[in-house]
Amino acid sequence: MSLERQTAAEPLLRVEGLVKRFGGFRALDELSFHLMPGEILGLVGPNGSGKTTCINVLSGLYPPDGGTLTYAGREIGGLKSHRLVHLGINRTFQVPKPFLTLTVAENVEVAAAYGRSQGGAADVAGLLASLELDGQAARPAAELNSVQQKMLDLARALATGPRLLCVDELAAGLNPAELDRVAARLRALAESGVALLVVEHLMGFIDQVTDRVIVLNAGHEIFEGVLADAVRDRQVVEVFLGTDDGG
Amino acid sequence: MPKALAHTLFVLVPVVAAAAFLPFAYSNQLLLFNFVVFLTLAQGVNVIYGFTGYLPFGYAGFFGTGAYGFSLAVIHLHLSPIPALAAGAAAALLLGLLLTPLLRLSGAYFAIANLAASLAVFQVVSNPNLEGITKGPYGISLSGVFSPNLSYGVAVVFLAATLGLIVFLRNSRFGLALQAIREDAISAGMAGVNVVRGRVLAWLMSAVIAGLIGGVFAWYVSVFYPETVFSPEFSIFAIVFALFGGIATLTGPILGVVILYGVYNAIGISTPQYFQLIYGLLIVGLVLFLPNGLVSLFRRWGIDVP
Repeated sequence: MSLERQTAAEPLLRVEGLVKRFGGFRALDELSFHLMPGEILGLVGPNGSGKTTCINVLSGLYPPDGGTLTYAGREIGGLKSHRLVHLGINRTFQVPKPFLTLTVAENVEVAAAYGRSQGGAADVAGLLASLELDGQAARPAAELNSVQQKMLDLARALATGPRLLCVDELAAGLNPAELDRVAARLRALAESGVALLVVEHLMGFIDQVTDRVIVLNAGHEIFEGVLADAVRDRQVVEVFLGTDDGG
Repeated sequence: MPKALAHTLFVLVPVVAAAAFLPFAYSNQLLLFNFVVFLTLAQGVNVIYGFTGYLPFGYAGFFGTGAYGFSLAVIHLHLSPIPALAAGAAAALLLGLLLTPLLRLSGAYFAIANLAASLAVFQVVSNPNLEGITKGPYGISLSGVFSPNLSYGVAVVFLAATLGLIVFLRNSRFGLALQAIREDAISAGMAGVNVVRGRVLAWLMSAVIAGLIGGVFAWYVSVFYPETVFSPEFSIFAIVFALFGGIATLTGPILGVVILYGVYNAIGISTPQYFQLIYGLLIVGLVLFLPNGLVSLFRRWGIDVP
């Protein structure tokens, strides 16, 4: 399905009443939101509020237990990861999971060979250069430092040519210069039409890159809008800082 | 020169040529045959363990199943040896398909379950109540098709085919995808690799390799007992040889077999009283100093190993 056929008013992703249970615990409890092509949506909330679970369900690691996931006009709930990748959904991991014994270039080549969802062949060398990994291309991924592994994880995701990219705490551990570069990179992706879902604890970064945020608590959204309004929302403040009488 | 061609010309062709022509210069054909069997088995282990990451501790189950598939096709269906080899491979393939649910396990759990499955097949085959079908514990005798030279030649052909498969895995997208699965199945999925299909294909290829060479083994020796072909020694030797040389490479398992099986036979003949001591020291030394096999030594020096 080409980008041209998407009208601007139609969301790329529509999540409705999404439920994910682990035993009796509802990690996602009737979560609903939508994401437009080219939009950067921030997903914030306290630890355990369901942000990563949401990405895990969207990327096929867990099947949903309820609700619907509509992507580019089709239901995608419960599809396997590789099928979702071929449809144009990809993600990065909070803790990067590169193929440690393969070289940096091979890590990206696998994704370019098997995961392409749109466009022609991926420019692996160009992608590595743009993420400052070109000097490491022939080294095993195990020899990279943690920031480089995060960039490699991003390169692996980008090599598939995603239309929806979920970014899970990419900014944690980056220095200010690296943060600026990653923010610029994500904005450039959005301008090219990619929809991004960004999970992050660094509010400065969220403020810098996102168009809109959703605040999650206990598996469902308690606020939707721009970050500046979120910090004035009584319920959001309560969730993050506690109430006056709560002790 | 493309790497695959270089690997074929400088590794596959010399090894196959040596296996094919050594019997004309060296009279102990049985020993050479055992080398061919272990070269093939070690590469079969390489497919599922080296490239895909599952340690097949019951690999002998496929070898024995191939041997019995071949033998029973000769005895009951009166097939000639070549079609009977296909029957042996089909039997191993069937066992592989039956055992695909084991791929849900990982690490030691998979290894133990695979060992148990292999022992289960052995117990069924050697059950005295099945004497009419499998000859039970009394063993197989195939004197009618006995043909050492022809069966040796066929074994060399299977070795060549197996090495060809490893050259392909070493130089193809598919081999890279299998290694990605081995390293991290979740990331492999997010790279667009169909993880379940990759694992099952590698498992079945590995099973068929053992089934084919097991069938030739039955043909070559012609007289054997269930404990001969289901011996855990086949699993352990094949795994140790592959590990010793270095997995996920073409040359590693070859080096492992030539060196370790060579030493095994040399000491076994000259000074059998020291055999276990020397063998043990060799393996302990390797595990301590070169856990990734001999080829990792060359890698450390910056040499790209096929």
